[in-house]
Amino acid sequence: MTARDDILSRIRAATGRAADHGPPPAPEYANAALIPARATGAPAELTARFIEMATETAATIDRVDGSADVGPAIAAWLEAEGLGADIVAAPDPAMDAYRLDAAPGISIRKGAATGNDLVSVTPTLAGVAETGSLMVSATPGTPYTLNFLPETHIAVLHADRIVGGYEDAWARVRRNQETGSALPRTVTLITGPSRSSDIERTVTIGVHGPKRLHIVLVGNADGEKT
Amino acid sequence: MADQQTSLEFSRNVARAQSDADLQSALEKLQRDTRLARPVITGRLPEFEALRDRAVAIKNHTLAHLDHYLEQFETNVTEAGGHVHWCNDAAGARDTILQICRDTGAKTVGKGKSMVSEEIHLNDFLIENGLEVVETDLGEYILQLREETPSHVVMPAIHLKKEQIATTFRDHHTELDPSRPLDAPSDMTEEARIKLREKFLAADVGITGANMLIAETGSIVVVTNEGNGDLIQTLPRVHIVIAAIEKVVPRIDDALSVLRILARSATGQEITCYTTFATGSKREGDLDGPEEFHLILLDNGRTKLLEGEFRDVLCCIRCGACQSACPVYGAVGGHAYGGVYGGPIGAVLTPALDGIENAWTLPEASSFCGSCEAVCPMRIPLPRLMRRWRDIAHREKLNKAGTRRGLALWAWAAKRPKLYRAGARIALSVLRGLGGRRGSLRRAPLAGGWTAFRDLPAPEGGTFVDQWQKSRRTQVRK
Repeated sequence: MTARDDILSRIRAATGRAADHGPPPAPEYANAALIPARATGAPAELTARFIEMATETAATIDRVDGSADVGPAIAAWLEAEGLGADIVAAPDPAMDAYRLDAAPGISIRKGAATGNDLVSVTPTLAGVAETGSLMVSATPGTPYTLNFLPETHIAVLHADRIVGGYEDAWARVRRNQETGSALPRTVTLITGPSRSSDIERTVTIGVHGPKRLHIVLVGNADGEKT
Repeated sequence: MADQQTSLEFSRNVARAQSDADLQSALEKLQRDTRLARPVITGRLPEFEALRDRAVAIKNHTLAHLDHYLEQFETNVTEAGGHVHWCNDAAGARDTILQICRDTGAKTVGKGKSMVSEEIHLNDFLIENGLEVVETDLGEYILQLREETPSHVVMPAIHLKKEQIATTFRDHHTELDPSRPLDAPSDMTEEARIKLREKFLAADVGITGANMLIAETGSIVVVTNEGNGDLIQTLPRVHIVIAAIEKVVPRIDDALSVLRILARSATGQEITCYTTFATGSKREGDLDGPEEFHLILLDNGRTKLLEGEFRDVLCCIRCGACQSACPVYGAVGGHAYGGVYGGPIGAVLTPALDGIENAWTLPEASSFCGSCEAVCPMRIPLPRLMRRWRDIAHREKLNKAGTRRGLALWAWAAKRPKLYRAGARIALSVLRGLGGRRGSLRRAPLAGGWTAFRDLPAPEGGTFVDQWQKSRRTQVRK
């Protein structure tokens, strides 16, 4: 007997199930999703809630009208914060519309992050209003390390991708799956910059992940304003 | 190594903990913060109670069909390019992990925080076998340097003052300027960030636990605030996940419901900074991610709990809320419990994992105030389970002979009401006499533990039964 057989047979003995069981009936709760009220609302309300919740987690937010404004806004922010001009950006073609390479003074490399990169720029799959979280995934166009290694993570979020709850954000991932692609290796909810309160319960921002999470919010709930 | 306390020496550990001023002030702060934060945390989400019920329903459904969901999980992990290793016990899991490390020629291992890895004493084993193992969670890293174990499920270094941590960093990071400032937690956090960054980039294997396993997709869920869990499951070429079998839930949506109560109960956050659903190994075209993904599915006594009266303990999501809320934990800290898990969850789980004969003292360490059950997001009836362990310990004659004789005497008397009442009246007048005009006793028989620290007030106004009957007669007359 393998350990697998041992464990499964002990479970079956304990729960009184036969080895040739069919799949269990769908649990009764499965038909009644329990979504918090704050995860629902009109698009404009959700945008406002997203901004409020994300700000609470110490993320910073910059609003721009359209995709073409993203590059210049990032350049201006980096300059104002004194964070240098070198960025590593997600190779996703969707990033082209942000015109990062045309932004004054910016030097851009596309690819995964290394330990030496200080600033990354990535797109986001969705924004979740209920907790001000960003949903990102690891794909060839959006390497996972971009979200974690650099000290500053700049995430570009289109306001029309702000949804109410986690379930709505996952629905977007599932929609992609229906078009034939497998679940990405990772799907991550990012809520504010990294932190720890392991030393005397004092919250310290910037542990192993980014010290700054800057969100560039494009357009409004109806789309871009251009 | 700071000497390891054992469960059986609980009373001695308590005395030690109570004379440790640093520990006492840390615990006081924890309890005060927890009490103040609780109404705010739960008040912000009106659906909190309904979500607790939902989470319990999810777990109960899963445990009733655990074989099915584990098999479904395994199929989906394999389909995503991962490998599932079933392990009966700690030794099996340790050997499997070592073998994976050897097969890939690994020299260094980076670890995310994992209580189940503590449970199987993984680090010592890997180090004995020639691997370099580095904990990457800030609290766990501090403890690894100090050769200590976590004293809280989610705040592992809660027992330490920042000055102690500064000294530890100076002792170990000897290549840095000895006069550098390490006064603020942020100084130490920055130092750990720099030190551990090298380790993240150099590690051959990353080992993490999992907060949940999702059957429908074969995904694991890892939550962290520091981002260490994400770095260590991405940068090394091999990712090994160790998880006990009760961590599985059927669907993504089930995991989302549990997430809404997990961080809230653990640290008072809405959600942790990073919540990652990871499925299998690096995909074609991915620029980063592990080449190999291994999942250790560990029993280590869970199937034994599944069949019996302690089944509810398998619902535990390791949030530590019961520890933060428990007045006994708040007085003695986690190390006094001796096992891997301190506090109420430890008092129930440690006897199951280590044997009641090695841990019968732990379920005694409760006043049954019910705080733990009140805050447990999974509504685990911890006081009832502790009482059950006491009962078992008593029947197996593990508790002190004096206690057993006392209980037997009391039971004998309690079954004879006339005798009991007469005895109570005599005891009452004796105590009243001893109390004298002060109305209190400096010492009393069988109450040395109480009178060592305070006087015992002498009883007034008759026995309970006498008072009860008197008040009933008065009411009838009215």
